[in-house]
Amino acid sequence: MSLSVKEVRKALSAKGSLLLVEAIPGIRYGEVVEVTLGTGETRLGQVIDVSRDVAVIQVFGGVSEVNTKAARVRFRGETLRIPVSLDMLGRIFDGLARPIDGGPPILPEDWADINGAPINPASREPPSEFIETGISAIDGLFSIVRGQKLPIFSGAGLPHNRIAAQIVRQARVRGKGEKFAVVFAAIGVTYEEAYFFMESLRRTGNIENIVAFINTAASPVIERIAIPRVALTTAEFLAWKYGMHVLVVMTDMTNYCEALRELSAAREEIPGRRGYPGYMYTDLATIYERAGRIRGKDGSVTQMPILTMPDDDITHPIPDLTGYITEGQIVLSRDLHRKGIYPPVDVLLSLSRLMKDGVGPGKTREDHYQVFMQLIAAYTEGQYLRELSAIVGTESLSERDKKYLAFADLFERRFINQGEYERRTIEQTLDIGWELLATLPEEELKLISVENIKKYHPKYRRKSKGE
Amino acid sequence: MVKGRIWRISGPLVVAEQMHGSMVYEVVYVGEERLIGEIIGMQGDRAFIQVYEDTSGLRVGEPVEGSGDLLSAELGPGILGRVFDGLQRPLSDMELIVGPFVERGVKLPSLPRDKKWVFRRNTNLRVGDKVRPGDVLGTVKETELVLHKIMVPPNVHGTLVEVAGDGDYTVEDAIGYVDVGGGRKVELKLMHRWPVRKPRPYLSRLEPTEPLIIGQRVLDMMFPIARGGKAAVPGGFGSGKTVLLQTMTKWARTQINIYVGCGERGNEMADALHSFLKLKDPESGRPLAEKAVFIANTSNMPVAARETSVFLGVTIGEYFRDMGYDVLMVADSTSRWAEAMREISARLEEMPGEEGFPAYLGSRLAEFYERAGRVKCAGSPERTGSLTIVGAVSPPGADFSEPVTQNTLRYIGTLIALDVALANRRHFPAISWLISYSLYVETLARWWEKRFPNWKAMRDEALEILQRENELMEIVRLVGPDALPDSDKLLLDAARMIREDFLQQNAFHPIDAYCPPEKTVGMMEVILTFYHEARKALEAGVPLEKIRALPVRAKIARMKEVEYDKFPSVKKELLKEIHESINSLIGGGAAA
Repeated sequence: MSLSVKEVRKALSAKGSLLLVEAIPGIRYGEVVEVTLGTGETRLGQVIDVSRDVAVIQVFGGVSEVNTKAARVRFRGETLRIPVSLDMLGRIFDGLARPIDGGPPILPEDWADINGAPINPASREPPSEFIETGISAIDGLFSIVRGQKLPIFSGAGLPHNRIAAQIVRQARVRGKGEKFAVVFAAIGVTYEEAYFFMESLRRTGNIENIVAFINTAASPVIERIAIPRVALTTAEFLAWKYGMHVLVVMTDMTNYCEALRELSAAREEIPGRRGYPGYMYTDLATIYERAGRIRGKDGSVTQMPILTMPDDDITHPIPDLTGYITEGQIVLSRDLHRKGIYPPVDVLLSLSRLMKDGVGPGKTREDHYQVFMQLIAAYTEGQYLRELSAIVGTESLSERDKKYLAFADLFERRFINQGEYERRTIEQTLDIGWELLATLPEEELKLISVENIKKYHPKYRRKSKGE
Repeated sequence: MVKGRIWRISGPLVVAEQMHGSMVYEVVYVGEERLIGEIIGMQGDRAFIQVYEDTSGLRVGEPVEGSGDLLSAELGPGILGRVFDGLQRPLSDMELIVGPFVERGVKLPSLPRDKKWVFRRNTNLRVGDKVRPGDVLGTVKETELVLHKIMVPPNVHGTLVEVAGDGDYTVEDAIGYVDVGGGRKVELKLMHRWPVRKPRPYLSRLEPTEPLIIGQRVLDMMFPIARGGKAAVPGGFGSGKTVLLQTMTKWARTQINIYVGCGERGNEMADALHSFLKLKDPESGRPLAEKAVFIANTSNMPVAARETSVFLGVTIGEYFRDMGYDVLMVADSTSRWAEAMREISARLEEMPGEEGFPAYLGSRLAEFYERAGRVKCAGSPERTGSLTIVGAVSPPGADFSEPVTQNTLRYIGTLIALDVALANRRHFPAISWLISYSLYVETLARWWEKRFPNWKAMRDEALEILQRENELMEIVRLVGPDALPDSDKLLLDAARMIREDFLQQNAFHPIDAYCPPEKTVGMMEVILTFYHEARKALEAGVPLEKIRALPVRAKIARMKEVEYDKFPSVKKELLKEIHESINSLIGGGAAA
């Protein structure tokens, strides 16, 4: 390998995080370089454009303190790879997979390219195994299945991190003792946020099932480009090599996109919407599409990226492009948060595209999908009546309408709202749903089959218990 | 062949020098791994190449070799039911060779080479006959659903000097020879190749006078698409684009369906593949995959291949059109292809147009959509075929004023606009009746009215009711529903019935997923009859509350779930019940 190492002793220019050097024969597109500063410090970089004359290098860590005369650039002849190993479980790393928990370095079982390779669409297994998070709003209404990518769209100051931590604590697949792991990537978060996550992970007691990668707001911006890929490479290694079911939590993807924009501006690219690069969709897809199941393999990679919508705007390019790639979204509502509802899940804007395949008999319960549809329909009606009654007053509403109004309140307070350390089984969740539906006239439950009403409606259940 | 060297590498764009003698759109093999690329521009001896595979690891100075060919599709038996990538590599075969991840540099034949097909020759054709492009040499029953016609390839004219008899042949075996003059003989095989960027020839274009029945009420009745027509489906994320497109490919009454997943989700593609294997064709009961071709270039696969996946789909569509079949091709999503164009254009440092898209965005989209059409096919026997194109558009922020949506609108005949607000209210398919339109209504009305005399009148009335509802709702939002006169309240009821009992259709319900034309028109007739009768009652002084309490309304709401063969009798009963119950209300009101 040392034979392929080439070195350039002078940089032509340095700006932002880019270094231009005179090209020498044999430089590979995308290869890793080591930039040794005049001070003796060494940083990693990557070739992002190369011609016969010039190579453009993106330097992880930025080009501050680079002395163009004294810098030395060594081309390593290979693309960016990280060491992967089962020993990474229970450890904490930086954005380039270097341990930062004071522990020993990792003995690599393998070196993996951080860009991975796309899963052949013909080899994918459609995801269909229900993950129970113990949170009613998610399990009951927007179920997650293994291999799905389901982001949380949040806003500044909303409790997305607490929800993510609760999911990590509680998520399990029912009735199976399979190998489960969590890969956590903190992207440009504050020190407090990173600390909160690490603490809450530690408190679950199963820290040995967790691999954490942390890039705080103070770490080099450019490392933010690498960290989701490093995390996913590790997740894929655990999933496809060891058959583990890996949940990847990435927070905050907004910081990733900001880093992408910064980089694009440094490269003087033509900006797209709001200054984000035109290829941001494709770039995000190369991250999110690494979720999935593969036919004939035991493991799975499930993703839960978290992003904060700038100014709570869901049409902002970051949530917009994410929503076009992911299989649904869980949107948090500032209104519900103000009302003191936790988790403040906006039921009307949230969606899980893969829920249909993950619920029902043999997976959750036969009435699940119908109860979900009916709860949403009733809550939508209640919301509409709320708006109407704000104008015309509640007096002019009919008895039926008043029941729907009361339902909407109950739904928020009893169904959506729950404790941060409360784990509800899917049966408990559905039973709460039934309790609320029972406050409506039975003939209003048009979306539920007569058999399921007879079997699960509290009115009939009580009777059968009494017998 | 031209042999050059890499001069520059920038993402999917490679510039090679010493490329004199190459042509634009020629396929080239780049680097030692021979990655597949296409020349998109020449400047002096430099060729600008878009590479359809990941370029990481390429070095300046590596060889680039021209192929002398344009990027072409292999057309012949073995194409149906298969999944290809944008370069027509069969993804299921690739899995067997390199495992579950897409690797670069893999070269695979598109059609299976060792499989033998049962060829039945066309007995009307004899040695010595003059043959023209498109003449049917014989047939191969490729699947239970599709009789694959083997045609003389475009560009081959001459005298048939030899033709094989019935028998088993691979796609590469010779099944005949044509003397094309000048002592040159052309070998005929079950397959031939055709450049994807070049429209296949036909005799003449026909007016799109027949509807493409899709089995979706809102489309067939309100915003119809013609066979050979073009439609666009723009919609923000979560508005149900993909479900609608998949529904269309599942139920459209065509002989061949082509599904192009261009820059979209891998899990969705897997789901489509599985459901096409599971779902049965409503007419024959055979798996839908037997008449389908899939092209999958998911969002994380190389961007440049998004363009080829779209053109590959169109070319395969035209090939089956030339056999005299009705073909539907859907592309999900054309926006991703446009974004790929933008990325390549930026790397070429071209002058950008609107929002960074290249100035030629519109003409490139036109090259694609204009290949749709209903045609008189080339060759004998005489036949007509059609290729209908439906393209999804993913406008950023669901804002339809963006360049891809606006440029697409210039070329399409039916706009199927999806509305996120409708989807959030769980109104599916979330097709906005206020924004969508169809330019085919007038030409198709002739077809419909031959079968259902009131089709157009009913359609127009329903849309008018919905339009009026929209105006009234603005008043309701200000002053509440009580301020409206009863006639307006009744209109709101009718609009609600049209929305909930007609327009909404459950793509996953065993019966409601597909609605045949008789049922579609019948349902509308029942709803409008109820509205007309109720209005009569209201004018006769019957209180609105009594009309609203009629039990027949609940029955109307359940029409969707009635099986197709039972529907005519159910419709008759419903109409009878509507007349009777309203008459008794009027009679009762008069008596009181």
